[in-house]
Amino acid sequence: MTLAETGAPVWSWNLLADFQEMWSYPFMVNAFRAGAVVAVVSALVGWFVVLRRQTFAAHSVSVVAFPGAAGAVLLGVSAVYGYFTLCAAAALVIATLRGGGDHHESALTGTVQAFLMASGFLFIALYKGLLEGPQTILFGTFLGITSSQVTVLMVVGAVVLAVLAVIGRPLLFASVDPQVAAGRGVPVRALSVLFLVLLGAATAEASQITGTLLVFALMVIPVATAQVLTARPALSLALAVLLAFAATWLGLTAAYYWPYPLGFFVTTIAFAGYVLALGRRSLHTLLGSRTGARLTSVEVGA
Amino acid sequence: MTVLLAASPLSQPFFQHAFLAGTAIAAASGLVGYFLVLRAQVFTGDALSHVAFTGAMAALAFGADLRLGLFAATIAMALLFGTLGRRARPDDVVIGSVFSWILGLGAFFITLYTTSHSTTNGTAGVSVLFGSVFGISSAGAVVAALVAAGVGLLVVVIARPLLFATLDEAVAAARGVPVRLLGYGFLALAGISAAEATQAVGSLLLLGLLAAPAGAAIRLTDRPYRALALAAALAVLEMWAGLFASYAVPSMPPSFAIMAVATAVYAATFLIRRPVPGPRTRTATAVPAGT
Repeated sequence: MTLAETGAPVWSWNLLADFQEMWSYPFMVNAFRAGAVVAVVSALVGWFVVLRRQTFAAHSVSVVAFPGAAGAVLLGVSAVYGYFTLCAAAALVIATLRGGGDHHESALTGTVQAFLMASGFLFIALYKGLLEGPQTILFGTFLGITSSQVTVLMVVGAVVLAVLAVIGRPLLFASVDPQVAAGRGVPVRALSVLFLVLLGAATAEASQITGTLLVFALMVIPVATAQVLTARPALSLALAVLLAFAATWLGLTAAYYWPYPLGFFVTTIAFAGYVLALGRRSLHTLLGSRTGARLTSVEVGA
Repeated sequence: MTVLLAASPLSQPFFQHAFLAGTAIAAASGLVGYFLVLRAQVFTGDALSHVAFTGAMAALAFGADLRLGLFAATIAMALLFGTLGRRARPDDVVIGSVFSWILGLGAFFITLYTTSHSTTNGTAGVSVLFGSVFGISSAGAVVAALVAAGVGLLVVVIARPLLFATLDEAVAAARGVPVRLLGYGFLALAGISAAEATQAVGSLLLLGLLAAPAGAAIRLTDRPYRALALAAALAVLEMWAGLFASYAVPSMPPSFAIMAVATAVYAATFLIRRPVPGPRTRTATAVPAGT
């Protein structure tokens, strides 16, 4: 996974020259474009995921991208189709089975997740040629993102954002107070299904950057960080997008210079931001700041 | 023909090791899994199992024994999750944030390992992720069986207070049950069994071994102790069926066979109508949308 074809690029501390050099390679430009699209989409969807407490579902949907990609490779088609097909299918399955209630649901989600991962492993085992395969699919790569892949990411991302913009307000209502929302005639169940499909699409997008195991890095960590920093919805939404964007681009830059998986850099940068935000809050609480104290109580009550 | 083939494997040493380790691991996973499901901590189990991967890779990258990393990572993570959460029940968002970073770290260690150690064991990453139960040595199998037996025994010992603390936390605390301590202890046991099971079915798949038998047992009976025993029994039977099936069809990895059987059994329980609604956990009430 090293940049063998470009030699060993060296960071010169001359930002302009460094970026010019990095962007002289079309695959890097594609990677940065794809990263930008994915960061925005996954942070926005992730904000609702955190609000709706659907992190486990999000993780399960993302994990499904692995057998999707492996199965697509086995069938000889582009992994992109595998990502989208299986993520959307898994989202629909979880949506259909939801409402069974409490612990049965999580046992079910866990079983489905493990079974699909096992299927992915079977596909890999059947397809002997894919030696680097599992690790690339699981932990992400930025090499080989094509222009057409970027176009697909952009189109799907635009559709997800458009739908989210339309259903944003009722979804917010239904997420915060499902009973009252249902009483006021908001189609809570339909919204929930629709949102899971959006989640599937966003996950399929993010999988292609961070790898299927690390989708959380873009979907949940930036949102968690933003919510530590501010309690205001609009501001935290904007912050989450900004943080996801920064984590992706910094991660891409780091992965360009060091031969480690992109997913590692993205998760580490995002998580460092989360730890810094938590540290800042603890500091405020220690100093007796009122805002800090209030934020803590919001977090605990959530 | 497959039946004839499946009858002979017990004479093979590698199969005996897998059988011994697998049986103990499955029993422990079934017991721990039941409480994970009942306590609505399946996601915690998921995170623990994935973290096992990072531990194993870190140990390999630093030239230590793989199992050392497995146990250190999962137990440390379990205790960390205990500290992060209220009454040793951490928040989903916190779990998600922490564990995705740990997994990222695993990706780092796997690269470090495969690039620095002249790839004598290049597939180590894949076998940690997806398990290699047929590759367990005889010493490894004995250790795995002993540890798993210990975990199972401890779960049975604390089953009564843990059940009380799970089903009615407030009342249990008022009656003097050490709810918080039990929460920690249980998480530590879950960590150990995750490290154990990783050796058999891999860190990505062991969630199925934790969730599927327990989910099936809860669907089949409402009596807690019966369900606990049933979860362990189902896990062991599924492990056996998976091992024999994989032996009969060599192109099918054993971890896939085990997961497939476990999923099939769980799916079958949905065909059986449940007589009465099961016990409700307290945690579910605090979650508006569920996960």
